Amino acid sequence: MLDKNKIGHEFPSFDVEIEKGRLRFFAKAIGETNPIYTDESAARSVGYKAIPAPPTFMFSVDLEGPELLPVLDLLDLDIGRILHGSQEFEYLGQIYAGDRITQQSKIVDIFDKKGGALEFVVQESTYTNQNEELVGRAQQTLVYRN
Amino acid sequence: MSDISVGTEIPALELPPISRGTLALYAGASGDHNPVHIDSDVAKQAGMPDVFAQGMLSMAYLARMLTNWQPQAKLRKFSNRFAAITHLQDVITCSGKVVELIEQNGEVLARCEIQAAKATGEQTLVGEALVAI
Repeated sequence: MLDKNKIGHEFPSFDVEIEKGRLRFFAKAIGETNPIYTDESAARSVGYKAIPAPPTFMFSVDLEGPELLPVLDLLDLDIGRILHGSQEFEYLGQIYAGDRITQQSKIVDIFDKKGGALEFVVQESTYTNQNEELVGRAQQTLVYRN
Repeated sequence: MSDISVGTEIPALELPPISRGTLALYAGASGDHNPVHIDSDVAKQAGMPDVFAQGMLSMAYLARMLTNWQPQAKLRKFSNRFAAITHLQDVITCSGKVVELIEQNGEVLARCEIQAAKATGEQTLVGEALVAI
């Protein structure tokens, strides 16, 4: 069973520079053709201050930390038994190309189902820009198959 | 005035068949370098028939459907659970509809049920979005 004492654990926060080229590559990879996601003048013409990061890009911010999936070490998880159960994003502002985003993440719940055959780890993350505006929140549930 | 009401359907987004190239590009662009999505040897060692799609790739497709419909600046919340694995050559279609209008923080929001599904009808992602109208 996973260590429920880790509920409340906060991971070290880290900063990520949101690069314009990276956002263009992301747009290409998901087949996005709306020019606001690749062309700064197109983005500005409809009221964005720069190229906006697409809605799911917050998850890619998570992956830019010093350690890929720090939850693996903390809870001694085998990556081959992890599934992404669910994902939620809340938009309080917008992440733009050129921003420096501070990501802070913590474990908010660990529980099990089916007599412990499946365990669930719920993490919440916040995303704050260089002006100290909270621009987004995310909640991610990992499923662990015992 | 908005013409969005309960029952309004979000224009569906049909994607090209999932290819190895799509998965490799998404791995690089998203930062998800988990090899089970890009290296068939690793996928087979993990007991899978072959590489399979990142769940977050399909969530990005759902987001494309939403921002094709309404500007991203109107998106307030967006969530889904991952219900089934998407395999190579699967043709994914994203769809959704408005199921309720609610008021939150002085705004009217359309609560939308959204999904990604295979050509067989099997749902791969099932979720919800709140969009200001």
